[in-house]
Amino acid sequence: MMGRLAFLLAMLVLAGPAVAEHPAECRVAAHQIESIFPLPHVAVGIAAKKLNVLVLGAGSSLLPGATVGHEAYPARLQRALAEGLPGVEVKVATDVKPKRTAAEMVKALPAALAAVKPNLVVWQTGTADAIQAIDPDQFSQALDRGINISRAASADVVFINPQYSPRTESMIALGTYAENMRWVAVQQEVPLFDRFSVMKLWADLGTFDFYSATKKLDMAERVHDCIGRLLADLVIEATKPSEPHAEGGR
Amino acid sequence: MIKVSTERDLRLDLFRGLALWLIFLDHIPSNAVSWITIRNYGFSDATEIFVFISGYTAAFVYGRAMQSNGFVVATARVLKRAWQIYVAHVFLFAIYLAEIAYVAHSFENPLYTEEMGVLDFMKNPDVTILQALLLKFKPVNMDVLPLYIMLLLWFAPVLWLLLRSPSLALLVSAALYSCMWIFEWNFPAYPSGTWVFNPFAWQLLFVFGAWCALGGAQRLGRWLNSPVVVGLAAVYLLFAFSIAMTWYIPRLGAYVPKLVGDAIYPIDKTNLDVLRILHFLSLAVITVWFVPRDWPALKSRVFWPAIVCGQHSLGVFCLGVFLSFAGHFVFTEVSNRVYTQVIVSALGIAIMVAAAALISWYRVIERQGPGPRPPSSKPGYAGGDA
Repeated sequence: MMGRLAFLLAMLVLAGPAVAEHPAECRVAAHQIESIFPLPHVAVGIAAKKLNVLVLGAGSSLLPGATVGHEAYPARLQRALAEGLPGVEVKVATDVKPKRTAAEMVKALPAALAAVKPNLVVWQTGTADAIQAIDPDQFSQALDRGINISRAASADVVFINPQYSPRTESMIALGTYAENMRWVAVQQEVPLFDRFSVMKLWADLGTFDFYSATKKLDMAERVHDCIGRLLADLVIEATKPSEPHAEGGR
Repeated sequence: MIKVSTERDLRLDLFRGLALWLIFLDHIPSNAVSWITIRNYGFSDATEIFVFISGYTAAFVYGRAMQSNGFVVATARVLKRAWQIYVAHVFLFAIYLAEIAYVAHSFENPLYTEEMGVLDFMKNPDVTILQALLLKFKPVNMDVLPLYIMLLLWFAPVLWLLLRSPSLALLVSAALYSCMWIFEWNFPAYPSGTWVFNPFAWQLLFVFGAWCALGGAQRLGRWLNSPVVVGLAAVYLLFAFSIAMTWYIPRLGAYVPKLVGDAIYPIDKTNLDVLRILHFLSLAVITVWFVPRDWPALKSRVFWPAIVCGQHSLGVFCLGVFLSFAGHFVFTEVSNRVYTQVIVSALGIAIMVAAAALISWYRVIERQGPGPRPPSSKPGYAGGDA
């Protein structure tokens, strides 16, 4: 399904207006980074010219061995947000450790919220839960708790779902966890950055070869760069005052 | 005592065969061809069809055995079947281990450090393999056979009750399903969590299938042909289809009223959500409406490939799991272009059909040959297995 859809969308990308200023390889269908839910706390932060973001995540929010200038997507998100929001002081803090499940991250969340005082929590999760076969119900409940804790601390939430990883697809049952994430997102009105579909589209378009075995960081870096930029687009888009369905013919 | 019908319903073989094909297509990750499978257009998928029809045929085959040979003999045969499925499951697990060991050895990419954590269990194979033999550790897509084993393990007493008081048996099954929801019953899994297909939940569909085989279908006949029921089923399928579309086109999600969203999500596959049962029943109602039992085309060559697969479901199912591993291997090692995916999918189904035909042929020569067993010793196997 997603494969076929991706090809249709690829056609749309080529036909429609591309995401401005990005490297060509970052281009994805506009709908994959659009948000149907607003981010009121982020809007408040932008109005006050000070935007704090907390990235809460696990191993796929890291690039092992990366140095300054070659960082994972959170640092790139900070740059892209600063570029897209001139005059706003943007700070992206991270609470990222490998192999953490959603429930484990929720435990660490209050301390991180108190330290960072973010307007926005970017929450990357799902992979560790799928690998450890956590009860999907408990996973959904952890997501709900995390959203409630964040909102109580005056922060919006954006979800990032698992990466598309073709080599391990037959070993990690992402399906249920990705679905539960999508459902929690819809119910709680949380924007979901659909990293899986974006990466799947790149794979289908031949932008990146996710099958390749390598120790080098170059492709991983470019992927994280695109993710950081697209994520910034999603955040900025969601805080625009115009109604979210304004652009694009329907 | 309920009379077990003697004529096999070819529709069952046809749709079980189709379900096996769909399961195979769905099990190949990132397969463009799985775009055609029913799980993308509603709540239920091929698993429901497979479990329902397996219940139906189990009652059909072992019901006759229980009536002609008694409870002990029938129970022994059911348990033998469960053992065969267990052996098949362990065989598939061995193939899975080979695949994962290969990937662990050959793949590395800093982008996927987190994902490679799935290979951690290779570090202590003693625990993992033991847990797999206990059916607690189950790799991706290898959850159906353990479910089938559990369903067969308690099938003999269920069948005994079904033959005496079908309605009571169905009530007991529904009560067990309700208790599962109230008390959250499920079997534990390794390394954490519970069974992906909760046997306490899925037994309902299996027993319902068995109940239909033992006269239930005739009792429902009046309802199944009512235009009101067919209309309701069609409306429900349309509703499920609209909801399914919002999964792929997020902005359509804005049109789903919050009340509806709150009511339907999450659609629980593990515990066989009521929405999934209703979706399966609606599909069944529509199918029965369009495909009568005596439809002449069922005997035509067009449907033979699916029917022959449905008649040898265990072998074909296992082969399908193996072929989906192999298909994924081709995608990763050779090519994952869309035309490769189409070829791999078509080839896989062709191999399943060929294997089913081969099993049929073996059955025929075993019956003809001077084997130690006269053909009458296994009447239940005529026309396929449970």
